[in-house]
Amino acid sequence: MPEPVQLTTFGVTEREAQQALDRVKVRDVEYADLYFESRTSESVSMEEGIVKRAAKSVSQGVGVRATAGEKTGFAYSDELTKRDLEIAADTARYIANSPKGHSSVPVPTQQRPTRDLYPIERAKAEVATAERVALLNEIDAEARRYDPRIKNVMASFNTEYKVVVVATSEGTLVSDIQPLSRLQITCIAEDRENRQVGSFGGGGRVAFAYYREDNRHLSYAREAAREAILNLSAVDAPAGVMPVVLAGGWPGILLHEAIGHGLEADFNRKKTSAFSSLIGKRVASDVCTIVDDGTLPFRRGSLNMDDEGTPTGCTTLIEKGILRGYITDKLNARLMGIPLTGNGRRENYQSVVLPRMTNTFMLAGESDPQDIIRSVKKGLYAVSFGGGQVDITNGKFVFSASEAYLIEDGQITKPVKGATLIGNGPEILTKVSMVGHDLKLDNGIGTCGKDGQSVPVGVGLPTIKVDEITVGGTQR
Amino acid sequence: MTDDLREETVMLKTTTMPTNANGYAQLAADVLAQAKACGATEADIVVADGETFSVQVRVGAVDRLTKAREKRLGLRVFIGKRSATTSTSDFSKASLDRLVADTCTLAGAVVEDDVSGLPDAGQMATEQPDLDLYDDTVLDTDTQIDWAKRGEAAAFATDPRVTNSEGAEFDSSSGRVVLANSHGFVGAYRSSNFSLSVSPIATESATGGMQRDAWYQVQRKFARLASAESIGQEAARRAIRRLGARKVATKRVPVVFDQETAGSLLANLCSAVSGYGLYKRASFLLDQLGQTIASDLITVYDDGRMVGGLGSRPFDGEGLTTRKNTIVERGVLKSYLLDTYSGKKLGLPSTGNASRSVGESPSVGPTNFYLVPGVKSQQEIIGSIKEGLFVTELIGFGINMVTGDYSRGACGFWIENGELAYPVEEITIAGNLKQMLKDIDVIGNDLVFRGRIASPTVKIAEMMVAGN
Repeated sequence: MPEPVQLTTFGVTEREAQQALDRVKVRDVEYADLYFESRTSESVSMEEGIVKRAAKSVSQGVGVRATAGEKTGFAYSDELTKRDLEIAADTARYIANSPKGHSSVPVPTQQRPTRDLYPIERAKAEVATAERVALLNEIDAEARRYDPRIKNVMASFNTEYKVVVVATSEGTLVSDIQPLSRLQITCIAEDRENRQVGSFGGGGRVAFAYYREDNRHLSYAREAAREAILNLSAVDAPAGVMPVVLAGGWPGILLHEAIGHGLEADFNRKKTSAFSSLIGKRVASDVCTIVDDGTLPFRRGSLNMDDEGTPTGCTTLIEKGILRGYITDKLNARLMGIPLTGNGRRENYQSVVLPRMTNTFMLAGESDPQDIIRSVKKGLYAVSFGGGQVDITNGKFVFSASEAYLIEDGQITKPVKGATLIGNGPEILTKVSMVGHDLKLDNGIGTCGKDGQSVPVGVGLPTIKVDEITVGGTQR
Repeated sequence: MTDDLREETVMLKTTTMPTNANGYAQLAADVLAQAKACGATEADIVVADGETFSVQVRVGAVDRLTKAREKRLGLRVFIGKRSATTSTSDFSKASLDRLVADTCTLAGAVVEDDVSGLPDAGQMATEQPDLDLYDDTVLDTDTQIDWAKRGEAAAFATDPRVTNSEGAEFDSSSGRVVLANSHGFVGAYRSSNFSLSVSPIATESATGGMQRDAWYQVQRKFARLASAESIGQEAARRAIRRLGARKVATKRVPVVFDQETAGSLLANLCSAVSGYGLYKRASFLLDQLGQTIASDLITVYDDGRMVGGLGSRPFDGEGLTTRKNTIVERGVLKSYLLDTYSGKKLGLPSTGNASRSVGESPSVGPTNFYLVPGVKSQQEIIGSIKEGLFVTELIGFGINMVTGDYSRGACGFWIENGELAYPVEEITIAGNLKQMLKDIDVIGNDLVFRGRIASPTVKIAEMMVAGN
C-alpha cells in the first residue's frame, strides 16, 4: 500500500484544514470538503523527424466546496495560506442561508489507502527527458520504415503525476497518488493522388517501462502507419441505415456516448436525461450487460478513490438488457437516495465534482466474431473511431469512424473513408443482436469532456453487431 | 462560452499600465535575467492573472456558485536552436529558481530546430492601442445571481411547454497578461468578459419527448449585454421549435446553415489555413495560396484590431502587432494564419496570429475571423428552396482535416416549398470541405459577432443527408 500523503506536503496542518471546514460547515451546509492537489505535467513531442518540443508545468492549489440541498458553493485558490483557506471557505458557504456557525466538524483523521491499483514509484514514472526523446526517435524510424509513403510522423509522450489529499466535514482525510501517461502517434501518408492520416496511441497509470515492453511503442507506430496507408485506398462511405459490426476495444465509445452519459446521476436527478424514468426497464437486448469499473489495475480510467475520497467500484449499469443503476457522487446519491458508487470526479482543484464514468464496457457474450461478420449481407465493419458526442436530453449520439470497411456477403471487402454514425441512446442497444466472446478494453487514450472538464476514462467492447444504425457517408 | 484565461485573450494597454503589471514586468525582467545567466540565448515570459465569478441557477434556485483568483507564469527559453517551455502557479523565489533551471535542462535535452527562435527584435510591436476590451465594472454576487435567475425565468415564462431546465449561467471575469522577451519587449493587456447563457428543456405533452436548446451572449462590457429576458426567450423559442423532431429519408439536397453552424464551417476553414497544419502537411488546403478555394461569393477577414472585439488584441502571443488580414478574397486564398515559426517553415512572414497559452510554445489562432455578409435575409434564403435542410446544430468530430472529408450529426428543420415544414434530428450531413466551400451559393446579410469566429447564414448547393 502507498504511504498516505500528509497535508504538510501542501504546507497546511490538519488543524488548519479542520478550521477551514468548520468555517464552511455552517448550519445549512450538509457536506463540505477541501481538495488539495499538486500536479506535474510533462510532455515531449516530435515532428519532421526531430523532437522539437519539451514542456513541463507545475500547479498546486485547493478547492473548497460546500453543499446545501441542491446548492453547491465553490471557491479555489493557488495560494495555500490560512488566510486563503478562510477566504475560500467564506465564499463556499455563501450559498447557505445560515449565519456563521460554530465548530462542529470532527478533527480529520488520516486514513491509510486500502489498495493500490497503480503502484508505481515516482522515479519509474518520471524518467529522464533523454529516454523519452529516444522513445520518440524510434517511433519515427519505425513508422517511416513501415512504408515509404509515410511522409510525416507526429508523436507525443505526455505524463502527469498528481498528488491529492481530500479532507471532508465527515472527518475523513484520505490521499492518493495518481500517475498517468499517454503515447500518441499520428502519421501522414501521401501517394500521387492522395493524402491521408492514421493515428494510434495508448497508455494508462503505468510506468515508463510499459511503453518498451515487447516494443509496444513500435507496434503503436506501425498501427498508426498502417491506418494512414490503408486510408489511401479507402472509398467513399455509404449513407443510410444499415447493419454495423463494431470491433472490440475502443469502439466501446458507443457505450460511453449512447448510455454512459445518460446514466450519470446529475442528469437523472434533474430529469434532463433521456434515461430519467427508465430504471428497471429494458433499454438493451438481453445479450447486453454493461458495467462501469474503476478498479482495474493500471487502467487510464481507474482510481483508488474518486475525488471525494470514496473508493471506486464496479457498478452494473445494464444487466441483460435491463437498466439497473446510475453512477453517483455524494451530492446526487444523497439527493436521490441511491447508492454512492465512487464516481465523483473533477478535472482539477479549479473544478467542481460531477458524476463521471471510469472504465465503461460491455461484458463478453457467446458469439464467434467471425460468425458475426459472416451474418451481415451488406453493412459496415468499424474498427477504430475518432471522437463521439451525445445530446443527453433527446438521447441522440454520434461517433465517427476513422477505420472502417464494407461488409459484402459476409466478407470484409473495401476500406471506406471515415463516417459519422448516429443513433438514439435508449434505443440503439435494443438493436444489438450478437455479442462476441472477445471483450477487449481500449489502449488507454480516452478523455471525456463534460461541462468543460476533461477527465481520463476507459472503454471496452467485444465484437458486436448492431442490426441497424444510420451511417453518415456520401454514397447511396 | 467565455474565454479561457489561460489563453491569451486578455487585453493590453501600455499607456496606463495596470497597477500589478509593473510588478509583473519586474518579475518578468528578473526571470529573464536569470534564464540568461542559466545559459539561455533568448527567452520570453508570459504572466497572466485573473478573477472569475460564475453562478448557475436551476429552476429558480442557485445551483452552483464559483469564485476564484488565479495566476500563472510561463517561460520559454532558447539555448541556441533548442527550446523548452514551462509554467507554474507558484511565484515564490524558490519555485521560480527551480523553473528556470528545469527549463534550461529540458531545452538541453531536445534536438536543434533550425527555424526556432524569437521573432527578430525589429519586428516587435511598437504601439499598443487601447482596443476597449476592459470594463472595470464590479458586480456584486446578488446582481449576478439575479441576471441568471431572470434569464431562466424568462425561458419558463415564454411557453408552458418549457418544463425543465439545464439552468442559466452568468459569468464575469477579468484578467491581465504581461508578455516580455529578451529583446526588451514588454507588453501588458487587460480584458474582461461578461456572459449569460440559458438552457431550457421543452417537453411534448403527448409523447413526453424532451428537447434542450440554449442561447447565450458574451460581451467585453457589462453595459453592452442585452437583457437577460431576451436571452431566455430566445433560448425557449429554440427549444420549443425542436419538439416533435423526426428523421428524414436519405437524400441529396441543398443545405442552409444558420449563423452558429455556418460559424463552425468557418472555424474548419480557419484550422485549414493555420500555419501549423499546413507545414505538417495535415491540411486539405496545402499549396493553395493564390488559388481559388471557395465560391467567388466568399471573402473572409481576420481582424485583430476590431474595437471591443472578443478576439481583439493589440499584439499577438509573440509581441508582434496585430492587424486586419484578408484571408480569402472573392474565393481566392490570399493569406494563411501564421506565427513566426510556422511562417518560417512555409517561407512567409508572420501574420500576427501567434496565440499563446501560458506554459506552451506559441501556436496560431484567429483574432476576429469572419465571413463578409451578403444581401439576402435568412428567410429569403429558406424561401428560395423547394426541398432542403436548415441546420441549427451539429454534433461530433467527423471532420478529417487532412482530406477535408466531412460527416457530422445534425439537427434542424426540413424545408418544403420555401417553408420550415418540421423539425428533424438523428441525421448526418456529409461532403468534403474542399467542395463544400466551392458549393456555397448564397450568403446571408445577418453577420453578428458572438465569438471570435462569426458567419452569416450560408447555403450550400447540395450535400448528402443520411437518415432513414
